[in-house]
Amino acid sequence: MHRTAVKKVVLEGVLDANDALAQANRQAFDHAGNFVVNMMSSPGAGKTALLEHTLDRTLGKVRIGVLEGDVQTTLDADRLARFHAPIVQVNTGAGFGGECHLDANMVRSGLAELPLHDIDVLVIENVGNLVCPAEFKVGEDVRVMVYAITEGEEKPLKYPLMFRSADLVLVNKMDLLPHLHFDLEKFLRNLDAVNPGVERILTSAATGRGVDEWCSWLTGRHKD
Amino acid sequence: MHELAIAGHVVDIAARHAEGRKVTKVYLKVGHLRQVVPSALTFSFDLVAQGTTIEGATLILEEVPATGRCRECGAESALKTFPFQCEACGASSLEITQGEELYVESLEMEGQEDEKLIAEG
Ligand SMILES: [Zn+2]
Repeated sequence: MHRTAVKKVVLEGVLDANDALAQANRQAFDHAGNFVVNMMSSPGAGKTALLEHTLDRTLGKVRIGVLEGDVQTTLDADRLARFHAPIVQVNTGAGFGGECHLDANMVRSGLAELPLHDIDVLVIENVGNLVCPAEFKVGEDVRVMVYAITEGEEKPLKYPLMFRSADLVLVNKMDLLPHLHFDLEKFLRNLDAVNPGVERILTSAATGRGVDEWCSWLTGRHKD
Repeated sequence: MHELAIAGHVVDIAARHAEGRKVTKVYLKVGHLRQVVPSALTFSFDLVAQGTTIEGATLILEEVPATGRCRECGAESALKTFPFQCEACGASSLEITQGEELYVESLEMEGQEDEKLIAEG
């Protein structure tokens, strides 16, 4: 009897295992009454600066917790420490030089350290990257993308995956508009081309523009 | 690079379904809307498979073009550029019917001649 090739039909989604864990996270969040935001952007778009404003303005009104994803450092978590909000840092550094995104399992590993029942809104600050985080559900209710206008008008067309998956886009660093060759109308057209009618708020962490509107958006949606 | 993470999941899935057999080929379907770079995925697969039971297997990647069905007139269109538009009536409301695939379709393994196809589930 000679050995030959046999074919076995598998039909299994590559992300099924991740999605099942994300669903488990979602149940834990729902049980604790957490409204969960997956905050994504490319590196340096201003997620942490916007979060500083957010914590500053919502302190005492809404209980915000933060799960901070970073490849290696605790720098972002350190910046937020002064607000005394529940915050946990998840480093993705293990493995092949560090994952470029948070997946459901990494988020799960951080949950034990968060007092979920004392949190209304949990912001998951994902690792800065325009592609990878969009592919991995973590159990979030909404996806908010922070986009800095320094990145140019074309990125929605080049990286549609993340732009298409966003529920809200914060168009950040608007204070720099007079200094850049950035065509805001064109960017918004490109954004609508990949994700028609997606909500957007023009913001600036430097001047505070749009931050109130963003905070109302965030706090107005939390679960009771 | 999400190809690395995706490759890791593909290797895990293949190893679990192979149940110890030697895997020679892994057939993967990838939709165009997934933004996967085939060469990066193939490279990552070989890298991640090293030292596992999947080492030496070939990743056969089948790309699936994106298509959508018009919510206005029901026509099927190829989706190549944004914004997605119906080729028949020009409407921009389309339901994506193809192009978001990302799954392991089948495995080819070494085995006995009398078991040409093992269907699961
Ligand atoms: Zn049509």
